[in-house]
Amino acid sequence: MRALVLPILIPLTTAIVLLLAPKQPRLQRRIALAGSVMLLASALALFRQVDANGIQVLNLGDWPAPFGITLVADLLSAMLAVAVGVVAVAIAGSAFAGVDPRRETYGYHPLVQILLMGVSGAFLTGDFFNLYVWFEVMLVASFVLMALHRNRAQVEAAFKYVTINLIASSIFLTALGLLYGVAGSLNMAELALIWPSVRSTGLDMVLAALFVVAFSIKAGLFPLFFWLPASYHTPPAVVGALFAGLLTKVGVYVLLRIFTLLFQDAPPALFTLLLAMSVATMVVGLVAAQSEPDFRRILSFNLVGHIGYTTASLSVLTPAALAGAIFYVLHHIVVITNLFIVSAVLLRLRRTTEMRALGGLYLQQPVFAALAMVPIFALAGLPPLSGFVGKLAILEATFASGAYWVGGIVLLVGLLTLLSMGRAWADGFWRPPAGEVDVATPGRPLLFVIGGLSLVTVAISVWAGPLFDLTLRAAQQLLRRDDYIQAVLRGVP
Amino acid sequence: MELLLALASGILYAAGIYLMLRRRLAQLIIGLGLLSNGTNLLIFTAGGLTRGHPPVVPEGADALVPPYADPVPQALVLTAIVIGFGLLAFLLVLAHRVHATVGTDDVDELGRER
Repeated sequence: MRALVLPILIPLTTAIVLLLAPKQPRLQRRIALAGSVMLLASALALFRQVDANGIQVLNLGDWPAPFGITLVADLLSAMLAVAVGVVAVAIAGSAFAGVDPRRETYGYHPLVQILLMGVSGAFLTGDFFNLYVWFEVMLVASFVLMALHRNRAQVEAAFKYVTINLIASSIFLTALGLLYGVAGSLNMAELALIWPSVRSTGLDMVLAALFVVAFSIKAGLFPLFFWLPASYHTPPAVVGALFAGLLTKVGVYVLLRIFTLLFQDAPPALFTLLLAMSVATMVVGLVAAQSEPDFRRILSFNLVGHIGYTTASLSVLTPAALAGAIFYVLHHIVVITNLFIVSAVLLRLRRTTEMRALGGLYLQQPVFAALAMVPIFALAGLPPLSGFVGKLAILEATFASGAYWVGGIVLLVGLLTLLSMGRAWADGFWRPPAGEVDVATPGRPLLFVIGGLSLVTVAISVWAGPLFDLTLRAAQQLLRRDDYIQAVLRGVP
Repeated sequence: MELLLALASGILYAAGIYLMLRRRLAQLIIGLGLLSNGTNLLIFTAGGLTRGHPPVVPEGADALVPPYADPVPQALVLTAIVIGFGLLAFLLVLAHRVHATVGTDDVDELGRER
């Protein structure tokens, strides 16, 4: 059971050590990397436990379940914790290629660790108010990481980002207040148990609407995603990689959790709403990606659009669709983090990520181009890479459930993704150099990180079968909420 | 009492949202502050108001006897106040920096092509 608290404690300890340790860049980077590797190891250990023994529960301070704060890890939480570990190692590894010295002395490394702690906490908590607190921990760290700048675009982006997130948090908190008022509990398992009585008060749809709006802002769903492409391309590319990889996924995770735990038998209107928002997200995100002249903004719009895949599968709510969604989230965390780190290399090479300043990279940096090919084509969904497997799973599930037009949209959006990534590859890497010169080397640490993440993507593609079986088990576990309730409220009648 | 607090909370939400729709940074920040206080009041009120009965086990008894005030909303509000206070302070500093870098406190000027 102890393993459950480690993915939260390790980043916290690492952050404290980093704050106390001397401010030498080399030392700080090594501590951060060591902490991140330990985080990954603890998440893997937790995953093995959950895989072998089912849902793991830890009552903090030994207060029994509905009264104290409970940490719960089911397969979904554990797999996401492992993904957090992978991203953590990648981000810590990227720091060896150099961080802006001013940022490094202002606490870049501890802030990254605090953010990781917030994300792990959000994935592992079994209590809604605790979830709010983890969200704030994660957001405050991301605010500071975003605002450690003085140039105009970055300060403006940070302000918008902070404002929209504070509004979303207020909405979430409002929902929590009303929820406690009607249900008298904020423990997720207990709420799932007493939800029918909440439904009889007629407030359940109000609560659902508040939750959907709050987490649609955080996950970046249409029509509430505009803050994301306006801000994610302004911080340094590695920070962008951290945000793109993890932050919106926490919003998706919470939507997965509350829809399976509380809203499984909600009126169909709620699912129709989520479906409509998801479809609009996919289409608008990918259409917008076509017109963008900047690599990182293309990535931001792709990120937005692909969130729609997962929430569209969620609104179908069959085990196969949910499994596809979980698979896609896992694949996407690795790939989008990798692509933002690719953009960090582009920034080093050409000082910009605008498409017209790129080109000729395949000729001039063959190793880098070969490594970058994996995430680009994986995101595009070319077989046999992981994006193809995820999309295929979602497509099969939507067709199987009779939602043919959703499947059609998924196909269309897949084509648009292919187009935007194909353009990024053709214009950025393949096209012959037109006088552009590299002003620096790609940086060996970044190449290692890109190579490592690409290996993870290849591994996900090669072992797609076993992994999909695993996500299918996770999806079935999510849908059998009685197991979750039983595991948490053991001993409570 | 519930009605009064509910009205107060509603007014705080309305005023907060109105101020957030204004163009000046300072108004936006005050609006966010009002919004978060409206939320706190809402949590407090929605949790149920019981006056004059603190949740303290009386001497000689071994359990609380209803009616007593629910301590959980108070704990929630306390946490939310602390978090909201910290975020508001951060936002003020950030707004100061926006003003120093961009040279305007007009929200519409942010992000405009230059």
